[in-house]
Amino acid sequence: MKREIPLFLTAVIGLFMIVSFFVPHQWVSVPADFLQQCAVIVVAFGYVLGGANVLRVSLEGISRRERDWPYKLVLVLSLLFTVIVGLFVDKQRWQDPGTISLWLYDNVYSSMQATMFALLAFYIASAAFRAFRVRSTEAALLAIAALIVMLGRVPIGDAAMTAIFHHAWIPHALRELKMSPIEEWIMNVPQSAAKRAVLIGAAMGVMATGLRVILGIERSYLGGGD
Amino acid sequence: MNPSHDFGVWVAALLTLFVFSFLYKDNPLYKFAEHLFVGVSAGYYIVLNYWTVIDSNLIGPLRVAFGGAAGGPLHVQQGDYRALLLIPGLLGLLLFTRLFPRIDWISRWPLAVIIGVYAGLKTTGFAQGDLVAQVQASLQSFGLVELAHAFKASELAHTSSATWQAIGHSCDVVLFTAGLLTSLLYFYYSREHKGALGVSSRLGIWFLMVSFGAAYGYTVMSRISLLIGRFQFLIEDWLRIR
Repeated sequence: MKREIPLFLTAVIGLFMIVSFFVPHQWVSVPADFLQQCAVIVVAFGYVLGGANVLRVSLEGISRRERDWPYKLVLVLSLLFTVIVGLFVDKQRWQDPGTISLWLYDNVYSSMQATMFALLAFYIASAAFRAFRVRSTEAALLAIAALIVMLGRVPIGDAAMTAIFHHAWIPHALRELKMSPIEEWIMNVPQSAAKRAVLIGAAMGVMATGLRVILGIERSYLGGGD
Repeated sequence: MNPSHDFGVWVAALLTLFVFSFLYKDNPLYKFAEHLFVGVSAGYYIVLNYWTVIDSNLIGPLRVAFGGAAGGPLHVQQGDYRALLLIPGLLGLLLFTRLFPRIDWISRWPLAVIIGVYAGLKTTGFAQGDLVAQVQASLQSFGLVELAHAFKASELAHTSSATWQAIGHSCDVVLFTAGLLTSLLYFYYSREHKGALGVSSRLGIWFLMVSFGAAYGYTVMSRISLLIGRFQFLIEDWLRIR
């Protein structure tokens, strides 16, 4: 009963959503739109649940005085402060100019998010030293494509090509060679071809997984237990 | 140097430096910034979902349905189905049973609604939006007619730039098609990659490697761009060095 009802619900709703794609009649499309609206609302509750779970785990850590508990306190206070300000202080004016929420977003959330991603530039670069050891044809292709795309997107790429090829003894056609058109060609032809293949494969994978979920073959979302 | 007098800029600059301090090693300043970031972002998404979904799509319509706007409490006009939004509201609340181990199995019901709706939507959505669209976009003309016209127009001894362009386009399309087919063949695991299939899948790996390399280069450049942005913020907005 604890597993059968959710499996039944998933199968019926999933099949109904598939049918709604092929039957545009209002008897089908109106309930399908309603179901979609239901899912959006329940997902929004899911975000609140996620926040509540973070709070619960952090508060447990603080009460047990676990290692690094003062940082968990920072997490709890910042979460509560953001929620209280957004829901009860700024209310519907949330994210309007001059509100505390917008100040938090601009100076805390946005700046730290950009810095976190920027930090990855260093780790990607160090990973490249390990990954780009040219030991095979495949590794060489990977490294050359990466290098051309990186240099083709900055002015130094074209400048380097000019410095290398701009000599009287080099044929005229080669002298005009730039890095940016080569980069553009890589992105439009070989990169695009392989990316399309991956996307087509992924689409088939999503369809197969969707059908497996609807038919009750894939049940991992129910979690463990009875 | 004339540092900014804006408190917000100082907070953003110090937090930026706290995050960058991780490049030296894991330290208390980074941990502080990390936990602050998790707390603020979790809070931000809760508030965002409350105002954009729960308030506007659930509480607002329910208030209209039951608040007397339709002619008195519980007086729902024909064709007004807003009262039915009590169902997703209830399902959303049932999701919180996950926090109580004895009744956490009830949270599977709202989860089943989410999974069912999105499994159905994605199955048809990906078929139409990705599979068919990508295959359709990949069926490109080799441009043989244009090539023949270009050859006819120019003498072989003096091949015009238009002819070269037509030749280049045809070569690109041939290469693109070969890359797409061989990359797809690489993902075909129902037969051992030997003989013609082995050669094709090996060519497919080469195309995939070029694609991964290009994607890597693209990602690196976007991260570098963000890094430059942060340094620009520190130098121009915070320290105001021009």
